[in-house]
Amino acid sequence: MSMIRHGYVAGPLIGLFWALVVATSVAVAFSFATGGAYRPGGLFAALLGAGLGALAVTSPRLAGPAGLCLGAALSITPLSPVVTGAEVSGWAALLAGGAAGAATGWPVAAMMAGCPAGALTRHEFEHAVIRFLTGFGYVFFTAIVLIPFYVMVMTSLKNQSELIRNPLDFSVDLSKGWDLFRSYSELFGQFGFGGYLWTSFLVSVLTVIITLLFAVPGAYAVARLRFTGRAAISRSILLIYMVPMIVLALPIYIAFSMAGLRNSIFGIVLIYPVTTIPVALYMLQGYFRGLPAEIEEAGLMDGLSRLKVIWTITLPLSMPAMASVSLYVFMIAWNEFLLAFMLLDDPSKFTLTRGIASLNSSEIPRQHLMAGSVIATVPIMALFLGLERFMTRGLTAGSVKG
Amino acid sequence: MTARPPETATGPIGRHGGAERAEPAPPQGRNPLERREARLAWGLLLPTVTAVALVVILPLLAIFWISVKPVGLADLRPPEPVVSEDLRGRPEAVGDEATLRYRLRNSSPDQPVANVVLTDLLPEGLEIGALDPRCTLEELALRCELGDFAGGHRETLEIPVTIGQAFADAGMELPDSPPGLTGRSANVLTSGNFTFENFARIFDGGEFWGVLWVTLVYTVFGTIGALVFGLFAALLLDRSFRGQGVLRGLFLFPYVAPVIAVAFTWIILFDPFSGSANALLIQMGVTNEAINFFGQRPLALIMVILFEVWRYFPLSFLFILARMQSIDTDMYEAADMDGASPFQQFWYLSMPQLLGILSVLFLLRFIWTFNKFDDIFLLTGGNAGTRTLTVNVYEQAFAVSNIGAGAAVAVVIFGCLLAFSYFFFRFLSQEEGL
Repeated sequence: MSMIRHGYVAGPLIGLFWALVVATSVAVAFSFATGGAYRPGGLFAALLGAGLGALAVTSPRLAGPAGLCLGAALSITPLSPVVTGAEVSGWAALLAGGAAGAATGWPVAAMMAGCPAGALTRHEFEHAVIRFLTGFGYVFFTAIVLIPFYVMVMTSLKNQSELIRNPLDFSVDLSKGWDLFRSYSELFGQFGFGGYLWTSFLVSVLTVIITLLFAVPGAYAVARLRFTGRAAISRSILLIYMVPMIVLALPIYIAFSMAGLRNSIFGIVLIYPVTTIPVALYMLQGYFRGLPAEIEEAGLMDGLSRLKVIWTITLPLSMPAMASVSLYVFMIAWNEFLLAFMLLDDPSKFTLTRGIASLNSSEIPRQHLMAGSVIATVPIMALFLGLERFMTRGLTAGSVKG
Repeated sequence: MTARPPETATGPIGRHGGAERAEPAPPQGRNPLERREARLAWGLLLPTVTAVALVVILPLLAIFWISVKPVGLADLRPPEPVVSEDLRGRPEAVGDEATLRYRLRNSSPDQPVANVVLTDLLPEGLEIGALDPRCTLEELALRCELGDFAGGHRETLEIPVTIGQAFADAGMELPDSPPGLTGRSANVLTSGNFTFENFARIFDGGEFWGVLWVTLVYTVFGTIGALVFGLFAALLLDRSFRGQGVLRGLFLFPYVAPVIAVAFTWIILFDPFSGSANALLIQMGVTNEAINFFGQRPLALIMVILFEVWRYFPLSFLFILARMQSIDTDMYEAADMDGASPFQQFWYLSMPQLLGILSVLFLLRFIWTFNKFDDIFLLTGGNAGTRTLTVNVYEQAFAVSNIGAGAAVAVVIFGCLLAFSYFFFRFLSQEEGL
């Protein structure tokens, strides 16, 4: 084991593993981008990586340029780090090889930075390993997150026959112009997705408002006021938060069937807030507890009533928490599927998620399904990316204290 | 949390010490101020408690009730008599003979309907012939007391009529007034009819234990996977660099996107015939023939677990990252000075600090994963060995149309949930001081 803690062993080893990661990533990226046949050249990629790793230890400055040149040069020989199919042009192969080489050379040099060729201290060795793992982590997580969304968007721009001919070809034909967005125009035109979008928006906003109306006073009471049964209430909030929706959905379905509330937006708006109130209550009470009680006490001393204190002191102070709770509740309502699926049958009253579910049939081409998914995903993503700070803080600060 | 005054301080010794220095008596019981506060608290909580009771507690009770009732999906629509009315004989002129026909039936094939009464307002200008003995006619109002309809009962009521001038003028058409029909039927949901058949049904047949096993495997591996990946992702982002915010936002995508959108994307990505994943694997020489990812027995379960991990690692990542960033950096500097290596620092310094949040997350995620329905339902519909308890509720209630059995499964889920939350609260009380 101590052998491994030498620059001339660790360097090539890390280079080898990294080259495999890079070759696979480059092959997948090129395949998905062009639809051509690329695959990692296992053994040759590993050998190239090992060589570059050794170079990175002995002369780190050279590893990057050497990787670029070697990768490109090898790509026209059978020893390429990224093997290409016959129909792939030489230039593309050159590009893929060069990219793989460069993406191996420079990072490996960075990973082995400060490591001499001889014996390594434990610090030097572990730092190199950690840098390798970090690099791997970035590539890995970015890939697993991006690939599905990439597939979603690109599939929605293609048509059925193109998809079946080559499932890997996600390149878009820009010459088609607006015709690329045919699925979208059909969804908005024939399938009434404009209406679903509006319904989803309306339902979500109403859910947020109603949830806050109920949760703010409740959370304040649990967080600040002393009364018997406070601990029990505080616990049952969590408990109710954990009751599975499907267990409740069954009686709700029965009750709504009998009361004639199925197939109505009113019924949906009635039921959504109740599923979100416990979450909101839990998050808000965590935040209220963190607010200094002294300010409120000062307000009380100055003769304000409790309700006045809540209105003029506590609420303005908790605007950030309100924003994050609203965002979270909006997200839950927007993404809700089970209740909408069970309670809505009439296409004129669908929410977006229910609308997408109705696209899942063999008669409807699947680019429509993906286009519908994009329509549902884009607004919530945009909202979320714009307000990401609130979301992150609210989720973590309110729910579980560290 | 009720503020108890320290009684020992005013015990006999204190009083002994200075009788003249009148110790102010601590308030006993609840003073008006406290009472007012409690009243306000309950006032603030009341709307929430009512709403939640209506939509959570009541349905829970209903689930218990339904689980011991022999009720199917069809029973939700109680049996009722149905009637359709038409005029037969093709009358063309005044004086023609025709037959006013009522076709009646019981909508339920097996449940009886009692006291069926037909009422109808006959159009003007019809000369009514012989009436059925059960019917009476007052001016134009027809009323027939038809007695009880057995399950699946059908009958036809015919009244011979002669066309008069007024009817011919109105166009020989029956007016658009549907006849009224009432009847009393027993509703299974409210009757005193109980059975344990639902439970017997779900527990035997061996299927149940398979479902329970799948649920446990899915829950345990889904939870651990999401935690491990979340920890890894949090370690990656626990440093400041350019683009850190972007990456953090990116890593949260799977959690924020609507489940239906990402589930369908996975299905299309892993489609056995035209999925990109299969094409890629074949091209890379990993496999020779297309793999049916969501349709084969062990693989489908692995895939839904991977989906669960993929979708929920962001949540663990967020919590773990928040905890990491609150750890004091001094500690690491001190450890650095003492010569601790990076892995030692992680294992001996970070991990103990993260253990609390990790275990809370484990319990929370365990319960939520156990409760998860949408994901599996959308990905496989519970086929190919991926049927968990929650999917089974849906299967029993809607696919097999046996609401009672579905409710029985729901009761089992609720029982498990109670057991989990017992552990949760025991643990959380120490962990969080809740």
